Amino acid sequence: MKREKGFEERLEKRGVSRRDFMKYCTLLSATMGLSSSFVPRIAEAFTSAKRPPVVWLSFAECTGCAEATLRTTYPWIDELLLDIISLDYQETLMAPSGEAAEKSLHDTIAKNEGKFICVVDGSIPTAENGVYGMIGGKTFLEIAKEVCPKALATICIGTCASYGGIPAAAPNPTGAKSVKDAIGVSTLNIPGCPPNPINFVGTIVNYLLFGKLPDLDDKGRPLFAYGKTIHDQCPRRSHFENGEFVTSFDSEEARLGYCLYQVGCKGPETYNNCPAVKFNEGTSWPVQAGHPCIGCSEPDFWDKLSPFYKSL
Amino acid sequence: MGQRVVIDPITRIEGHLRIEVEVTNGKVSNAWSSATLFRGLELILKGRDPRDAYLFTQRACGVCTYVHGLASVRAVDNAAGINIPENARLLRNLLLGVQFLHDHMVHFYHLHALDWVDVLSALKADPKKASDVANHVSTAGNSGINDFKEVQARLKKLVDSGQLGIFANGYWGHPAYKLPPEVNLIATSHYLEALRQQARTARMHAVFGAKNPHLQSLVVGGVTCATDLNADRISEFKYLWKETMDFVTNVYLPDVVAVAGFYKDWAKIGGTTNFLVYGDFPQNEKEPDSFMLPRGAIFKRNLSKIEPVDMAQVEEHVKHSWYEGDQALHPSKGETKPKYEKLDVENRYSWIKAPRYKGEPMEVGPLARVLVAYGKGHEPTKKAVDGLLKKLGVPPEALFSTLGRTAARAIETKIIGDAMEGWIDQLAENIKKGDTKIYQDYQMPAEAMGAGLNDVPRGALGHWVDIKEQKINNFQLVVPSTWNLGPRCAQGKMGPVEEALVGTPVADPKRPVEVLRTVHSFDPCIACAVHMIDPRSNEVYKFRVV
Repeated sequence: MKREKGFEERLEKRGVSRRDFMKYCTLLSATMGLSSSFVPRIAEAFTSAKRPPVVWLSFAECTGCAEATLRTTYPWIDELLLDIISLDYQETLMAPSGEAAEKSLHDTIAKNEGKFICVVDGSIPTAENGVYGMIGGKTFLEIAKEVCPKALATICIGTCASYGGIPAAAPNPTGAKSVKDAIGVSTLNIPGCPPNPINFVGTIVNYLLFGKLPDLDDKGRPLFAYGKTIHDQCPRRSHFENGEFVTSFDSEEARLGYCLYQVGCKGPETYNNCPAVKFNEGTSWPVQAGHPCIGCSEPDFWDKLSPFYKSL
Repeated sequence: MGQRVVIDPITRIEGHLRIEVEVTNGKVSNAWSSATLFRGLELILKGRDPRDAYLFTQRACGVCTYVHGLASVRAVDNAAGINIPENARLLRNLLLGVQFLHDHMVHFYHLHALDWVDVLSALKADPKKASDVANHVSTAGNSGINDFKEVQARLKKLVDSGQLGIFANGYWGHPAYKLPPEVNLIATSHYLEALRQQARTARMHAVFGAKNPHLQSLVVGGVTCATDLNADRISEFKYLWKETMDFVTNVYLPDVVAVAGFYKDWAKIGGTTNFLVYGDFPQNEKEPDSFMLPRGAIFKRNLSKIEPVDMAQVEEHVKHSWYEGDQALHPSKGETKPKYEKLDVENRYSWIKAPRYKGEPMEVGPLARVLVAYGKGHEPTKKAVDGLLKKLGVPPEALFSTLGRTAARAIETKIIGDAMEGWIDQLAENIKKGDTKIYQDYQMPAEAMGAGLNDVPRGALGHWVDIKEQKINNFQLVVPSTWNLGPRCAQGKMGPVEEALVGTPVADPKRPVEVLRTVHSFDPCIACAVHMIDPRSNEVYKFRVV
C-alpha cells in the first residue's frame, strides 16, 4: 500500500501529534474489537493514497444519519471527505444540484462499476409503485434498482434503510421497506436512529484495512459494534443486579443514577455499543442522561419495543 | 414565453425538493416549488402513547431534530396541564439555543456558502494577501500565511487526485461568483473549519441531551438528565458554548459581512411581502409575553405595524397539491384526500399544502423573526441590524432580500447565543441554592387537547395533539417549510419561495446557481413539511384553535 506522508505531517501542523493520531487509531481498533497489533495497520489504511468512491443515496429519511456522520471525530468529517473516501454523491453536502448532481452520480457509477460503495439512508416506499418518493422524476425504487446492484457493497446507514424504520412503523402508510426487502440485494446494516458514526467509519476502515467488509450477525450488523446488548455493557447494571430502580424521573433514585428498567429501558433487548463508545466524542448516551434506551438499532423497534416508557 | 429550467434534486437542503422556473430575458419570470417525498408520520402516531410522541416527531427531521421533540412535549405538557419546573425550562431553552447555533452555522457554511464561494478559485489565491484580508476583518485564529498555504495545498491535492468528491461538477467559474480568490480561500478554509466546529457545537446537545442528532433526555413533564446537573457538566457546556460563540463572533459574522460586501446586488433580489412569527424562548411561565423572540405578523413590509397573531386566521389550500378538492380550510376542519397525479405545474405539483394567514402567503424564519423583533423595538436586534446595515452601507429595505435573509440568520445566532450565557448561569445559581428539580409528576388525562407552538431555526412550528383514552387520537404538525416552500393557493398566489424567485437573474440557464442562492436562503427542510398528510383516510382534524 502506497504511503502518503502528508497526512501525518498535516495533522501535526494542526496540533495533532503522531501520539494523538495513534490514540484515535487505538480507539477505533478497540471499537472494532481488534488487538492492538492492528493499530499501525489502521494508521496505514488512513494514509493510503487511494480513496474508494462512495455514492450515498437518500430515500425516505430525515437526514439524521447524514447529520450523525457529520459529527464523526475519529477521524473528523473533513478528513473522511478529503483524505479517506471520495464522497461523489451525497445530496446534503454536494456542491452541484439538478442535472449536474445527477452527472456526479452517473459518472461515478460508469467509472467504478462493481468498485464503488453505495451507502443508503432511508427506506424505500413501495406502495403505488413508489410514487411517495421521487428524485429527478424517478422513484426511489427505480433508483435503488439501478444503482445498488452495480455497487461493490451496499451499506445501509440507519434503521430506516436497514429495516424500514419509522416510515415502516404501523400502519406503514407508504409501504416502506428496507433496501434488502424492497429490491432484493444483500446489505450490510449499520442500524440506529441515527447510528453512531463510529460504527459507520469503523466499517469503512475495516474495508480499507482488510480489503473486505466486517463480519456480520444474522441481522446484517457488524459484530464489532453490535455483538453485545446495551444491558450487558451498561454502567448502571450493578443497580439492576441490586434491585435498585428509578420509578419516577423526579426521584432520589433518578438523581443517584439507578437502573432505568422499570421506566422502560430496552437495553436488555438491544444490541449496540452505545455504553462503550457513547456519542459526540464520548460525551454521553441516553442512559447516562437518565433516559431509558428505546432500542433504536433493533428491527421494528417503533412497534415491537413501544410504548417506550413501559417496562419490558 | 421563456425557457423552462428544472432543478431536481435541489441539493444542500434537508429532504427532497424540485424547483422549476421560467427564465425570460435573463430573469426568473415564474417559479414552482414542489416537494417529492411523503412518509405519513401523523398516521403512524395515531393510537400510540402520548408520552412517546416526541420520539416519533423528532424523526420528522434529522437536521432540526430537537425542535420537533420540544414542540411535541410542549403539546402534551399543555394537554396534561403541566407547568414544568424552572430548571427544565432553562435546560429546554439552552438545548433550543444550541439548535439555532448549530443549524445556522451549518447552513451558512455547508448548505449555502458554495452558492457564493468558488472553491476552485481559491487555488489562485495569494496566501499572504488572504492572511492580510482575514486579519483585517477579524481576530479569528488560523489566519496566518501558513494556515492558508496548508488549506490551498490540501485543496490542490484533492483536485490533482481527480477525485473531487462533493465538489465535483459544481458551477465553478460561473460569472455570478464575484469573490476575489483570496476571499474564496478564506471562505473555503472556514468551510473546513466549520465542519469541525459544528461537531463540537453539537456536543452541547449531548451534555444535557444524551446525543445529537435526535436527543434523548426530554420527557413530558420536564427533562431526565438528573445526574448531569453538576459542576463538571455545566462547565463542559459553558466551555463548548464559549468556543462556539468565539467562532460565531470572530468567524461566522465577519464572513457574512465580508462575503455580503461583494454581493450587495443581492440586497435587491429575493424578497417577499408578509411575515409570521410565533416567538420563543420563554423567560418565565407567562407565554407568549415572556418570549425573548417576540410573536407577531407583518403585512406588506410595514414594520411600523406589527400585528398580533390569531391562529384562527390560518387556512390550508390544496388546489395545487396532490389532494382532492380545491377548498381552503382551517386546519381544525382540514381534509386530506391524497390523489397523486403526474407533476404538472399548471395544475397540481407538490405534496405540500399551501398554508395562508388572512389569505396571504407568509414567510417564516430568521428574517421574519428579526423583522418582528426590530419592528417591536427589541434592543439587541435593533442594535445588531442597524450596525450591519451601516457596515454594508445599505438601506433598511435591503433586509427584504436573499441577502437580508442570510444576514438575519447570522444576527439572530449572535443574539440567541449571547442570551444563553444568562440561562447557563441561572441554572448554576438554582443548583447552588439546592433547587435541582427538573421534572413535574402528572397524571395523563383520559381526554385532552394540547398545542405546542415554537419558533425554531427555520420558522414558526406548531404541533397539536388530541388525546382520547390516554392515547393519541390525532396529531398534527404545521411546520416552517410548509409556509415557505408550499405551492400556490386557490387564489393563485405564489408561496414565499416562488414569490422570492421571481426577478432573480439567471446568467446561464444550464447552470442556475442564482436560483439556488434564493432557494437556499430559506434553508429548506422538506421531510417535515410533508408529514401532516394522511394518505388513506379522510381524516377530519378537530383541533382547538390556539
